Amino acid sequence: MNKRNLFRSQGFTNAVSSISAICVGLLFGLVILFVSNSSQALQGLGIILKGGFSARARGVGQSLYYATPIIMTGLSIGFASKTGLFNIGASGQFIVGAFVAIFIGVKLQLPESLAWSHWIIALLCSMIAGGLWALIPGLFKAYLNVNEVISSIMMNYIGMYGVNYFVKLYVYDSLKALSQNVAETAVIPKWGLDHIFFNMTGNYKDTATINAGFYIAIAAAIVIYIVLNKTVFGYELKACGYNRFASKFAGINEKRSIVLSMVIAGMLSGLGGGLLYLCGANGRRIKVVDVIAPEGFNGIPVALLGLSNPIGIIFAALFVAHITMGGEYLQQLNYVPEIIDIIIAIIIYFSAFSLLLRNVISKLFRDRHVELVSDTGPAGKPGRFAGASAGLNDGVEKEDK
Amino acid sequence: METIIFLVQQTWFFSIPLLIVALGGMYSDRSGVTNIALDGIMIIGAFSSIFFINQMQDIMSGQPLLLLAVLVSVLSGMITSLFHAYASINLKSNQVISGTALNMFAPAFAIFTARMVQDNHVQQILFRNTFRIESVPVLGDIPIIGGFFFQNNYITTYIGFAVLAVAAIVLYKTKFGLRLRACGEHPHAADSVGINVYRMRYAGVLISGALAGLGGLVFVIPTSTNFNATVAGYGFLALAVLIFGQWKPIRILFAALFFGLMKTIASTYSGIPLLASLPVPSDIYKMVPYIATLIVLAFTSKTSQSPKASGIPYDKGGR
Repeated sequence: MNKRNLFRSQGFTNAVSSISAICVGLLFGLVILFVSNSSQALQGLGIILKGGFSARARGVGQSLYYATPIIMTGLSIGFASKTGLFNIGASGQFIVGAFVAIFIGVKLQLPESLAWSHWIIALLCSMIAGGLWALIPGLFKAYLNVNEVISSIMMNYIGMYGVNYFVKLYVYDSLKALSQNVAETAVIPKWGLDHIFFNMTGNYKDTATINAGFYIAIAAAIVIYIVLNKTVFGYELKACGYNRFASKFAGINEKRSIVLSMVIAGMLSGLGGGLLYLCGANGRRIKVVDVIAPEGFNGIPVALLGLSNPIGIIFAALFVAHITMGGEYLQQLNYVPEIIDIIIAIIIYFSAFSLLLRNVISKLFRDRHVELVSDTGPAGKPGRFAGASAGLNDGVEKEDK
Repeated sequence: METIIFLVQQTWFFSIPLLIVALGGMYSDRSGVTNIALDGIMIIGAFSSIFFINQMQDIMSGQPLLLLAVLVSVLSGMITSLFHAYASINLKSNQVISGTALNMFAPAFAIFTARMVQDNHVQQILFRNTFRIESVPVLGDIPIIGGFFFQNNYITTYIGFAVLAVAAIVLYKTKFGLRLRACGEHPHAADSVGINVYRMRYAGVLISGALAGLGGLVFVIPTSTNFNATVAGYGFLALAVLIFGQWKPIRILFAALFFGLMKTIASTYSGIPLLASLPVPSDIYKMVPYIATLIVLAFTSKTSQSPKASGIPYDKGGR
């Protein structure tokens, strides 16, 4: 590929606009650090940028472990928005998937010969559970015209309270007030990652929580990329998101497409729950508190930063996880870790400027008559948020006449 | 009777914030800008006004302090919503982006500032509740109605009803309301008859910011004695109430009351003899408002009509 082609590619302009938003966000972060404690501000920024690397290999492993669920929820929200739906219900699908994975991880008794498949069964079930949880908003949207945003918000709360109830009923460790550890066979294997991400303290090998779940998340992103961009099925789903009525006219079963989009998005979130919670002793457990799972909402900035592109979402999730880990280490300088959320929020806000910026970049590198225009979503009679969510996608190239 | 009066009084505490915030969202949506930042703006409004009360409560107390806090919450809400307005109107960006950014920014900002500014470096902001009205003079003595509306209440409840009345009149009986609705339905048509779409949309978003900020304060005052950087997802629930209420003021009132009543039953069922005797665990009760809303929605949404242009940036040169 020659240099000119690289600059002309849309991926390049998108990446540049995201990276400049990140720079602005970090700059604001530095200002905030200066305001709160000027003497250590630069050191603080260094810690944020170092992220997981502050704790060497184990720290990096931890940030990859943290990235795994938000890759999945980011994919879920990104996929739904490519198909014209705003999946704000990723939290509910995530926590329901997590519970089902833990339930099977704790309760399922397999004969010796089948024990190897325990974690696979648990993951598959978490996926199905997430999909079923999203099926309800999908059906409601397609057949009853219920806005998917409102039904998903309701499903978030129902899922949260339901999971709290069932955790306390079936898999509760009342000493720690957390969900129980899953069986050894239900822990996702490491597949060699424990040989990379560990720290030696004397003779003790301190291994990071990361496991093959990370590979699975990457694989899921690639599968979604292929489905969306290389298959007729993906094309139909996208067409439906772009204009439901035109798709119907073109012979696509638009109701089926809406339901399937929602279910696939739910499966991704549910799988994310399984991937996070099927881990060894030092990993996460479900806390029984009346708070909606934050991983679902964190998927929204990841999807936005990754421009709803599955590959972009991987990098966005890695970045968010990286600086979130940095925020944890920032506490040693007496800074408040919430500063990271502020930085991410500012990055997201400035990515709103990206259209402006993309036009500037395209003017710098592109032929004059090719221009990026804003994608304002389905014309005609859009559903609420349909325009907004379609707008999550990249700008669309248009040739001037 | 005691129980019913108690239920009604509690229902206000849950319904009024939802009502105010959903009405705020209505102005924004009707002008053509989807405001999913309601939750974040509520948090900022609650944070700044509760912090104001925290600082001023040694000097003053009671209703004057609360009214000043109301002003603070309204102002801070408007300022916050300016960011959303600028991104989604001037920059024509996707309206979910700035909404998400604000929702993420608000709790982080509240925690960060509280821990930086307060001497004890904790994120909770404490306040003394000196605002409860035991009984409104004269009106509180009316049998039944006095119990429902004028005892054990807060001045914010009446502000909520005032907001509702103003919203119903403004939206349907004034020039401004007509123009606002036109901008949300067909901005190009509105533009062609000389309405400044950008200005109307700014007005819509600013009003929604003011009301969301107010809603944050109204939510925290009766239900707690400290502010912990959260409004328990009420901004998202208000969004649900707004859709449930079909973007119409009176229907929003009923949606908010319905949801508030369900929520009250869920949180006070142990005080209701009939429900307390049933062998149903508390988590199931907590689910009831959400399940009930879903069921009602399933039966009422077939003819749902959102403002047509909501969520779509207005471009003068567009078709």
